[in-house]
Amino acid sequence: MELFFNPFDNLICILLGISFTVWFTLLLVFIIVPAIFGVSFGIRRLYMKTLLKIFEWATLRIERGAKENNHPLVKPYSNAIIAKEPTSLEEEIKEIRRSGSNRDLDSASEFEMSDIFYFARRGVESIMDDEVTKRFSAEELESWNLMTRSNNNFHYISLRLTVLWGLGLLIRYGFLLPLRMKNFLSEKVHLMCYRICVRALTAIITYHDSENKPKNGGICVANHTSPIDVIILASDGCYAMVGQIHGGLMGVIQRSMVKACPHVWFERSEVKDRHLVAKRLSDHVEDKSKLPILIFPEGTCINNTSVMMFKKGSFEIGASVYPVAIKYDPRFGDAFWNSSKFGMVNYLLRMMSSWAIVCSVWYLPPMSREEGEDAAQFANRVKAAIARQGGLVDLLWDGGLKRGKVKDTFKEEQQKLYSKMLVGTQEDRSRS
Amino acid sequence: MGSSSSNMNHIPDAEELMQETGFSSAHLLRLYERFEFLDREKRGELSPDDFEAVGRLALNPIGGRIIGAFFSQGQETVDFASFVRILAHFRPADTNRRDGAPQDPANSQTRKLKFAFQLYDQDGDGMISRVELLQVLRAMMGIQVTEEQLQSIAERAIQEADLDRDDAISFDEFKKSLEKVNIDHKMSIRFLR
Repeated sequence: MELFFNPFDNLICILLGISFTVWFTLLLVFIIVPAIFGVSFGIRRLYMKTLLKIFEWATLRIERGAKENNHPLVKPYSNAIIAKEPTSLEEEIKEIRRSGSNRDLDSASEFEMSDIFYFARRGVESIMDDEVTKRFSAEELESWNLMTRSNNNFHYISLRLTVLWGLGLLIRYGFLLPLRMKNFLSEKVHLMCYRICVRALTAIITYHDSENKPKNGGICVANHTSPIDVIILASDGCYAMVGQIHGGLMGVIQRSMVKACPHVWFERSEVKDRHLVAKRLSDHVEDKSKLPILIFPEGTCINNTSVMMFKKGSFEIGASVYPVAIKYDPRFGDAFWNSSKFGMVNYLLRMMSSWAIVCSVWYLPPMSREEGEDAAQFANRVKAAIARQGGLVDLLWDGGLKRGKVKDTFKEEQQKLYSKMLVGTQEDRSRS
Repeated sequence: MGSSSSNMNHIPDAEELMQETGFSSAHLLRLYERFEFLDREKRGELSPDDFEAVGRLALNPIGGRIIGAFFSQGQETVDFASFVRILAHFRPADTNRRDGAPQDPANSQTRKLKFAFQLYDQDGDGMISRVELLQVLRAMMGIQVTEEQLQSIAERAIQEADLDRDDAISFDEFKKSLEKVNIDHKMSIRFLR
């Protein structure tokens, strides 16, 4: 009996030894060495293609399963709950009146009791569903990517699907996660460090138009979806960061980054003092030997379907601005960080156990403030360019809305529209 | 999405609400998710503040009145059932009578008109007085018009609608003046799917 076990034991040991060595070598060869040299294998792209095929199959399977069992598929809170009429105030009110009276009302210059219907309906529509809050819920996916987080329909549909899901879980938590943890915590030279992170997250990034990369003494401006934006941009060039000091894990990371390059960190209270901020930033850009500053003017993480109003502070400084558009492919993992909902560690965990982070980065040609343009208009121009390039919706809303209320001045717009209809503007009246 | 509840068990009295308001279970669920979203402090009920945080509503000249409609009985908070009952006014009219549907459903023409009427009639005495009309007009037009213009508009409106010459518009007069308007179309909100 003993004789039987011994060779078997030995065999196992040898096997284990070999597999560890192989694993290590693979790690070294495929991840670290290329990272140092900035070379890439096509492996990750292949990985991506395979994943996509699997996801499609899984979704079809769920839908088929749901039909068979007559489960009502709860379609997620995706784009809208209600159908909004895209008509303007004037058109709608005229329509209401036309149906209510026989008179010829092309002039539409008289108040009708039914006018209130328009405002009432719009008001209740916005209570049921409104643009801004949509922007802040993580974008739902039509096809399931095998992570329970992004789908509520996961019931026990079929054995095969469960097995696949289980396998996926195993791979993600057992293999990808520890691999990334280890890689993430390593501290090396600036670029190499970031590149490893990029590979560790299995981030497949496509950089477009690298000839427009930000140069020293400029300000790089990008739309913000997650802290990973920083890693993505920094792995392709050196930047000085500007940002708010976070507590916890993020703070530790920030402090260690400062040692490598001169960055500009602020307390949130300091941020309120705009002159102080502006002064520090302009000092930095004037020194041409300093790295370009990286700024995310939206002020908060948006869920990567649109670009919100840029805060104009960074545009007042007068340096040339290099806009960068970042767009994530949501099929592989939702990179959006809702900071009022999830903490940093929770978010990182989710990120690291996603399948992959796939995104595209576009470097846009530099822009400067033109004659007669004020900071706010300049900011809007840059924002429009970024939105257009990234295929994101250009919204006028203030990112701060995620937390606060809307200012009273906004009511004026609607009031102006309505009164114009009824009584015309000052000029009209004085002319007639 | 981050929503914690995704099934009907979390909704209190779901069956009754569905009967009363006519919302389907899918719609009710969506509204419940919305309710939870608006309820920032997770108290299970909404206060006027929660409504005011809705950006588009603040844009609306009569936003305050609409919020008031939810708190019409003088309560300070509104729970999910009351929330849904008010929203039920805006359901499109049912094309065929369902069995067991209440006789006077929330989304009938009359109830829709009543909702609009109450937006004008803030003191709830059943009449829209000249003063109340002026207040609404002022809200809808802000500082863009002068006092005289406002007065003349109000004057004209009352003359047209006030049939018994008591210088105020009752609900029946209101109804009469709007009899040709397609109320169902204009005071309904269609759900997608």
